[in-house]
Amino acid sequence: MNPIIVNKLAKSYEKVNALKGISFEVEDGELFGLIGPDGAGKTTLIRILASLLLPDTGKASLVGNDVVKDFHEIRKIVGYMPSRFSLYTDLTVQENLEFFAGVFGSTIEENYYLIKDIYHMLEPFKGRLAGKLSGGMKQKLALSCALIHKPKILLLDEPTTGVDAVSRKEFWAMLGKLKAEGITILVSTPYMDEASLCDRIALIDKGEILSVNTPKGIIALFPQKLYGISTPNSFSLLNHLRTLPICKDAFLFGQEIHVTTSNSNITCESLHDLLSNSGFTNSTVTLIEPTVEDCFMQLMGNNR
Amino acid sequence: MNNSKPNKFWGFALKEFRHIFRDKRTLLIIFGMPIAELLIFGYVVTNEIKDANIAILDKSGDYLSQKLTSKLASSGYFIPTTYLYSENEIEPVLRSGKAKMVVVYEPNFAEKFFREKNAAIQIITDASEPNTASLLANYAGSIINSFASENGANELRSSPIDIRVRMLYNSELKSVFMFVPGTMALILMLLTAMMTAISIAREKELGTMEVLLVSPLKPSHIVLGKVLPYVGLAFINALVILFLGYTVFDLPMRGSLALLLLVSFVFIILALSLGIFISTVSKTQQVAMFFSMIGLMLPTMLLSGFIFPIENMPLVLQWLSALMPPRWFISAIKTIMIKGEGIAYVWKEMLIMIGMIVFFLTLSIKKFKVRLS
Repeated sequence: MNPIIVNKLAKSYEKVNALKGISFEVEDGELFGLIGPDGAGKTTLIRILASLLLPDTGKASLVGNDVVKDFHEIRKIVGYMPSRFSLYTDLTVQENLEFFAGVFGSTIEENYYLIKDIYHMLEPFKGRLAGKLSGGMKQKLALSCALIHKPKILLLDEPTTGVDAVSRKEFWAMLGKLKAEGITILVSTPYMDEASLCDRIALIDKGEILSVNTPKGIIALFPQKLYGISTPNSFSLLNHLRTLPICKDAFLFGQEIHVTTSNSNITCESLHDLLSNSGFTNSTVTLIEPTVEDCFMQLMGNNR
Repeated sequence: MNNSKPNKFWGFALKEFRHIFRDKRTLLIIFGMPIAELLIFGYVVTNEIKDANIAILDKSGDYLSQKLTSKLASSGYFIPTTYLYSENEIEPVLRSGKAKMVVVYEPNFAEKFFREKNAAIQIITDASEPNTASLLANYAGSIINSFASENGANELRSSPIDIRVRMLYNSELKSVFMFVPGTMALILMLLTAMMTAISIAREKELGTMEVLLVSPLKPSHIVLGKVLPYVGLAFINALVILFLGYTVFDLPMRGSLALLLLVSFVFIILALSLGIFISTVSKTQQVAMFFSMIGLMLPTMLLSGFIFPIENMPLVLQWLSALMPPRWFISAIKTIMIKGEGIAYVWKEMLIMIGMIVFFLTLSIKKFKVRLS
C-alpha cells in the first residue's frame, strides 16, 4: 500500500472550491512535487493530509491512517512544515530544536544523523534568535524541526518561497538526502524549475490535478512542436504572434517567446520567413525542448 | 513513551518561561503592574479620613472645651485650622471648603457639663460629600463620647437611648481592608487570565499552533504546559501583594496563612481556566486582549464588591455579581484575613470557585480545536 493515498478529495470554503475531487498516490520513498500557482489548492491539500483540515468529501490516508479518523496516529508519523515560518522567533536555533524534539518525545541526539548536514550549516548561529535568521536559514531550521522526530512522511508546503537561489538549491539537495533515508516527501512549490528535481510531479490548478507523471514523462507528453523565438522587441512580436491564425499559444519566458502552432507543416524556416515578412527581421527561431512550465501552460490552457 | 511524558510537558513549560523572560514588556506587566496598582489604590483611591480640617466655634472658652478640642486634634483625624467667633462665620467657612466640619460648644460648657450633667455640642458637617460627612460625624461622636466618660460622665444621660456604634473588624474604617483583597483579585484575574489568553492566541496568530497541532501533543498537554508558568508567576504575585499589604498598609493577618494561600491558589486556577476559555474563542491577540479587558477587568472592578458594596446594588446586579469569580475570592479572603475565620466560613466560596473552574475547563476542552478553523 502506498504511503500517501488521496482519493476524490474535495474541499470548499465559503466562496471558493479549493479542491474539486482530486486523486493521486505517492509511492514509498518518493520525492513527490505538487506544482501549481498560488491559489491552486496546494496548501489546502497539504493541510488536509496533515490532519489540520477536514475534507468535505473523499478520503486520504497516510501509511494506512485515515486523515480524519486516525489523526492521532498521523500526528506521530508526519513531519509538517507550513508555508509561513512557524517557529518561535524569540527562542534561539538550539532552543527551537530542543523544544520540537521534546514535543515529539525525542532528543536532538537521537536522530542527529538525519539533520546533521542541515544542522551543520546552522551550528554557527545556534545561539541566535530564530527571528534574526535569514530567510534561507529559517527554512533550514524549520526543516530540521520538522525532521527531528524522524517522520515517515514529510509534508512541505512551499518551503522555498521567498528564499534566495543558492539556499533553494541547498534545500533541494537536502531533500534528496532525506529521500535516500527512506522518507517519503510531498513538497509543494510554485516554482516550475524545481519540478525536474522531483521523482514525480502533480500539476495542480484551480483545485484540479492536470497531470501526474515524472517530469520527463510530462514533457514527453507535450503534444506539439515548440519554437523559441528571440527578438529585441519581444512584446510587440508577442502581440503580433497572438493575432496569427497558425499560432496556438505564445508565452513570454524571460527574453524568449515560446510558440506552438496548430499547423504541423510549419518549420523553423517558414516561421522565420513569416515573421520577417511582417517586419520582425532580426528574430531567431529554433526548435526547443519543452520545460515543465510549457507543459503546465498548455495543460492550463486546455483546462479553461 | 510513558517516561518521556514529563519531558514533553516540562519542555513546553520551559519554552513558555523563556517567552516570558525574553519579553521585557511582559515581564514589566507581570511584576511591575501588581506593585504599581497596589500602591495607586492604596494611596490615591482611599476613602478614609485623615487630617480633616475643622473649624471650632467655642462660645464657652473654658478649660473643658479646650481640652476636648485638643483631644480632637490629637486623634489624628482632625486638624482645627480655623477658630470662629460668631455663628455667621460657620457657613462661609464650610462653603469655602476651609473646613469640612464645624464644632460648636455652648456657653458655659464646663459648668453645664458638671452641674447640669447636660452640655451641648453642635457638629455641623459639609454633606456635599455625604460619605465623608457621616464618617467625620461618626469619628467626632465617638471621640466626644469617650471624652465624656473619661471625665466622669458615666451616669450622664444625654438621651434616653444610648447608641454605641462599634465598627467591628475594621474599627478605624480603613479602606486598605477593602482594596487589598480587591486589588489582589483584579491583578490575579488580569495577569493570569489575560496573559494565558494572549499567549495561546499568539501561537495561533504566529502559526506555531499549526505546528503544535501536527504533533503528538494532546490539547491538555498544550494547555497545561502553557498555563503552568503562569500559575507560578501568579502565586508569586499573590505573595508580593500580601506582603506589601502587610508591611506597607498594615493589613491584619488574623486567619490562617495556609488557608489564605489555598484560597488564592484556587482563585488563580479559576482565573487561568477563564483565560484558557477566552483563548479558545479568540483567534488573535487583540481579540483575546479585548475579551479579557472588557470581560474581566470591568466586572471585577464594578460588580465584585471591590469598589461598590454588593448590598447596595439593585437586585439584578446582585444576581449578576454572583456570577463574577472575583466576588467569591474577595469575600473569602476578607473572611480569612480580617475576621480571622477558618475553613468553616469559606467553604461555600471555595466550592463555588471550584465549580466555576470545572465549568470553564470543560467548556474549553470541548471548544479546543484539534484542527484549524
